[in-house]
Amino acid sequence: MIARDEASVWRRQPDGEETDMLTLNINGKDCEVNVPEDMPLLWVLRDVLGMTGTKFGCGIAQCGVCTVHVDGQPIRSCIMPVVAVRGKKIMTIEAVGQTPTGANVQKAWLDLEVVQCGYCQSGQIMCAAALLAATPHPNDADIDAAMAGTICRCGTYTRIRAAIKRATQPS
Amino acid sequence: MDLDQQLNVVKIGTESVSDGSLSRRTFLKVTAAAGGGLLLSFILPRTIWSKEAAGARAADMFAPNAFIRIGRDGLVTLIMPYVEMGQGTYTSIPMLIAEELEVDLTHVTLEAAPPDERRYANSIFQIQATGGSTSVRAAWEPLRLAGATARTMLVSAAAQTWKVDPTACHAEKGEVIHATSGRRLKYGALVDTVAKLPIPDHVALKAPEDFTLIGTSAKRLDTPDKVNGKAQFSIDVMIPGMKIATVAACPVFGGRLAGVDDGKAKRISGVHQVVLLDNAVAVIADHMWAAKQGLAALDIQWDEGLNATLSSAEIIRQLETALLKPGVIARKDGDVAKAMAGAAMKIEALYQMPFLAHATMEPWSCTVHVRKDGCDVWVGSQVLARAQATVAEVTGLPLEKILVHNQLLGGGFGRRLEVDFITQAVQIAKQVDGPVKVVWTREEDIQHDIYRPYYYDRMVAGLDKGGMPVAWSHRSAGSSIYARWHPPAFKDGLDPDVLEGAAEPPPPYALPNMLVEYVRQEPPGIPTGFWRGVGPTHNVFVVESFIDELATAAKKDPVEYRRALLGASPRAKAVLELAAEKAGWGQPLPAGRGRGVSVQFVFGSYVAQVAEVQVDKNGEVRVTRVVCAVDCGVVVNPDTVKAQMEGGIMFGLAAALFSEITVKNGRVEQSNFNDYRMLRMNEAPAIEVYLVKSGEAPGGIGEPGTSALAPALTNAIFAATGTRIRKLPVNRVELRSAKL
Repeated sequence: MIARDEASVWRRQPDGEETDMLTLNINGKDCEVNVPEDMPLLWVLRDVLGMTGTKFGCGIAQCGVCTVHVDGQPIRSCIMPVVAVRGKKIMTIEAVGQTPTGANVQKAWLDLEVVQCGYCQSGQIMCAAALLAATPHPNDADIDAAMAGTICRCGTYTRIRAAIKRATQPS
Repeated sequence: MDLDQQLNVVKIGTESVSDGSLSRRTFLKVTAAAGGGLLLSFILPRTIWSKEAAGARAADMFAPNAFIRIGRDGLVTLIMPYVEMGQGTYTSIPMLIAEELEVDLTHVTLEAAPPDERRYANSIFQIQATGGSTSVRAAWEPLRLAGATARTMLVSAAAQTWKVDPTACHAEKGEVIHATSGRRLKYGALVDTVAKLPIPDHVALKAPEDFTLIGTSAKRLDTPDKVNGKAQFSIDVMIPGMKIATVAACPVFGGRLAGVDDGKAKRISGVHQVVLLDNAVAVIADHMWAAKQGLAALDIQWDEGLNATLSSAEIIRQLETALLKPGVIARKDGDVAKAMAGAAMKIEALYQMPFLAHATMEPWSCTVHVRKDGCDVWVGSQVLARAQATVAEVTGLPLEKILVHNQLLGGGFGRRLEVDFITQAVQIAKQVDGPVKVVWTREEDIQHDIYRPYYYDRMVAGLDKGGMPVAWSHRSAGSSIYARWHPPAFKDGLDPDVLEGAAEPPPPYALPNMLVEYVRQEPPGIPTGFWRGVGPTHNVFVVESFIDELATAAKKDPVEYRRALLGASPRAKAVLELAAEKAGWGQPLPAGRGRGVSVQFVFGSYVAQVAEVQVDKNGEVRVTRVVCAVDCGVVVNPDTVKAQMEGGIMFGLAAALFSEITVKNGRVEQSNFNDYRMLRMNEAPAIEVYLVKSGEAPGGIGEPGTSALAPALTNAIFAATGTRIRKLPVNRVELRSAKL
């Protein structure tokens, strides 16, 4: 136990002993990262690769703002150990607009002015794009099921619902 | 443009102030801008409330706090005094300039104003702050006047160049046009001439019927980057060489750090340093994962201090006791005692509202680089000058050596009117070599918020034989936020927030004999602060619940009862009638369903809401629909007004149905979204917003949607179940026993 007054600042450089080189496929490109295997994908994206479009909100898969696609499925990256997505196709908000569904969703979001502060919208858009890829014409119950895991404090839910429906229409 | 350059621009404005030719009563100054072009320096009001203050201001020396630059390229730049946190201010404020200046909205770009308390103070109490639903209200006249002045001078400059009568020329889409000859000159070609012209004595603002932009749903300027991951919030800041830190403060309010065993944390890969503060420990690491693991691996001893046994029950007991005492009189109309004595019926009720956390979706984050000769801070703040001041205090550096780079705010809701986190981040950064980004976990956010106060209110009314109120007595006990946040505003035992909607302005009803009292009772240990809807969120719930109780006692329909009391308030009556009509008020509903109504005049806007709810046998409340009618005066951007009402309703609904911060053993019992429940997509009602066309000055729109919601909801629950909710959040167990 270090007493408060005696505590000296302690520093050390990472020695890399407990880390491994992992190859990840993110947005169609392979990249190598040297991180602990149990590190959640969220922090690999944000703090190691500098891809900050994917957001941190709760760290316990309760708010959905960290949602990315792994092999097309929406997952909460804040609890997904990076080793579990090795060899899989990871897609983030930075590239979802390159898919026709993702582009439709982004356009609908802007057409209907869904966004307020915008912090949760990466997660909302990733959830909506995954929903529409699997269920091109969702009903309200489908939308509830796909979107209830992602919280918006600005309260943009009515517009999110309307924008998902709009994104199903041919532009 | 970076901050240094912005400061340079500001400095030019300062220099213009010393120009001896300037009239003391001038509100606007036009000068040549650095690097060519035109600079308009002008004054945004420092208060939106007091006419006396406005008079005093006119007599002041010219001290501009807003700046518009028009470049030789014709581009218009506003040094933007308000911060964007989702409310659309980055669009609605430029609309005011673009309208009068006759330029496309997309030709107006924004630069965030640097911290400068004196210069940029624009809100209610001379503080550089964005909040209180004040931005458009404060900017409405001066920004249009600045735009109109520039337009008038650009037309004059063109007329002079062509040697024609200015009245034969007009401005359109960034050009001045002489219609008869077809000659045109772009603004950029005129700015250097304009800088030499005197400011015209009289400038005509456009008539509302000539508006082409104000009143249209112009597209938001900040949203395209918010759908593709490019928008940068505070938490997204990346500085070369930056480390990541996360922190744990003493879980007991007011407690101190006693000691730390960091042996296990040392062995975690990626951990660099453990930093000790008086009341917190931070772990500095390569990334958040290592920092979080490092923090979890620490064995921390806390000195829990005086609040170690504090509980919600004790705080509520203190408020109950406080409520027995007479309070400071905030409003006294007529003779309440006499009217009460002569009343045919007396109604009394107690209401309680809980502590609430803000839970912005973006957790607090602040990046700091402390050097010997200066400090850079990247943060999302509603109070930039205070942010800068706390950095100066912690570092000992002079203000001018501190650069605050404001970022987009991932939600504000009042939380970012505080700088506690910035203070802490700088205390940590002082002990770290190089830049460090401090990120709070959600647990830290929920347990170390500055909370919406707990309020306890007692209402008494006397009704006449016809059931109408002849006496109205309201006593409120709770915290004064201003007394801590801005002490000069707390005067004679009152502040301007705590009774907004109860005393000043009062409820919109005819209440001839009225007494409103405030008993200040601060909770021990628990910091309290502004929360979306501030005072009115509390007062409108109490007033509108109680009016509903009076209607019930009078055996009258809640809408009819209110309407009968709104004869002297036609705008309030109009929103009530509009909401009731659109909601189908009076049409039959199946068992277990009900409609409730609320009416308010707060933040300068009139709002009425009708909520429709369904309550099942388990006491689960589903809000199926909310109809909202708004008269916020002239509407700048109708879609933004609607969006703010929708968002405000959802925010109010989450709180009224689910939210409550409770304290046990001096610590907050909730920690994350698993136990501090939020409203989700499947629980969100359909919302319809109707705007009343009005030529009145603009009112606020960021918060009224929230304050109107809770009473509409609980009045609807009463209509559905016969159970009156007097304590928030709604207790579903209580509703299980309700007769359905």
